[in-house]
Amino acid sequence: MSAARGTLDRRAFVAALLGASPDALVIAGLGSPAYDAFAAGDRDQTFYLWGAMGGAAAMGLGLALAQPARSVLVLTGDGEQLMGLGALATIGVQQPANLTVVVLDNGHFGETGMQASHTGLGVSLARTALACGLQWGEEITSMDAVAGLAQRIGARNGCGLAQVLVRADELPRALPARDGAYLKNRFRATLGLEPT
Amino acid sequence: MNNPGPAHAAWQEDIFAALRSGGVRQVAYVPDAGHAHVIRRVHGSPDMRGIVLTTEEEGVAVVCGAWLGGERAALLMQSSGVGNCVNMFSLVANCRFPFLTLVTMRGEWAEFNGWQVPMGKATPGVLREMGITVLRVDRPEDAGETVRAGLDAAFDGGEAVAVLLSQRLIGRKRWDAQQGDPQK
Repeated sequence: MSAARGTLDRRAFVAALLGASPDALVIAGLGSPAYDAFAAGDRDQTFYLWGAMGGAAAMGLGLALAQPARSVLVLTGDGEQLMGLGALATIGVQQPANLTVVVLDNGHFGETGMQASHTGLGVSLARTALACGLQWGEEITSMDAVAGLAQRIGARNGCGLAQVLVRADELPRALPARDGAYLKNRFRATLGLEPT
Repeated sequence: MNNPGPAHAAWQEDIFAALRSGGVRQVAYVPDAGHAHVIRRVHGSPDMRGIVLTTEEEGVAVVCGAWLGGERAALLMQSSGVGNCVNMFSLVANCRFPFLTLVTMRGEWAEFNGWQVPMGKATPGVLREMGITVLRVDRPEDAGETVRAGLDAAFDGGEAVAVLLSQRLIGRKRWDAQQGDPQK
């Protein structure tokens, strides 16, 4: 029912996107998106979540409002974003011009046995984002879209959501650090903020 | 900004003043009548940002994101909302985020609506189980100072703090009032 929906290689997509967005502050949602971000090369200004499912986009909102001169990228999965659907409405009300949510959508809960998710069963996060008032929301099905997406992330002229249709691959895990206080403090240090 | 707006208790203005002078820039909230004055004042203050949430757990993530970006933030909610936050509190605990929430209590004094009672009773225990320090305000004259204590403990001491505003302090919800009445 949901097989072969996406064809993109998630690791290649994330590596290309992060490579083209070197200055972005990144919140990576738990599970595969965090592994993808780490596999693309660890960076201090990437905050990896290992839990708090549903919180990535809302965390990106607080960060984007605190750092309006920086581009904030929330890189997460369909399951994580579905749990935080309300955050899209909250973002739509706040209109942080510097926030982009990129959902790596494989249509499945990849970390827990590849059960089909709501997006795999027909729910559109891109259209949900538009309905919530984000400035743009689109499905991405080709690597050719990476450059345009990176440009939008860098432009900071309107919040939006990209729903990237990736293959439901089970890739080797690439595990970033799990110490949340360490991840927080090194992220803050890149902004010139003290550890605490 | 200098017009505090519709009728409110002095302790509510004290709380707003404590948040503002404590450098809180983002105030995320699910509304409650007991927070109505602070919410109104936040939205009227150009140096503060009011963030209306669809559910309280969003607010936990928002205030942690704010701190990641160097801003102080606070979460306003009702005791029922504490139950919606439980797993998201692990973000605060794991990363040792400074955290301040103000919680208006229901289900503990002259409660008309029994549906508020189970979570109201569980609120202090649930917060403590998740590693959050619980302060409580019963008397109006203590509100501003308790919130200031919470601010210091959170943003200087790195603690996670909840300030519970007791139902007796807030006063009876008026079930005979019109919807939208600030006293409801």
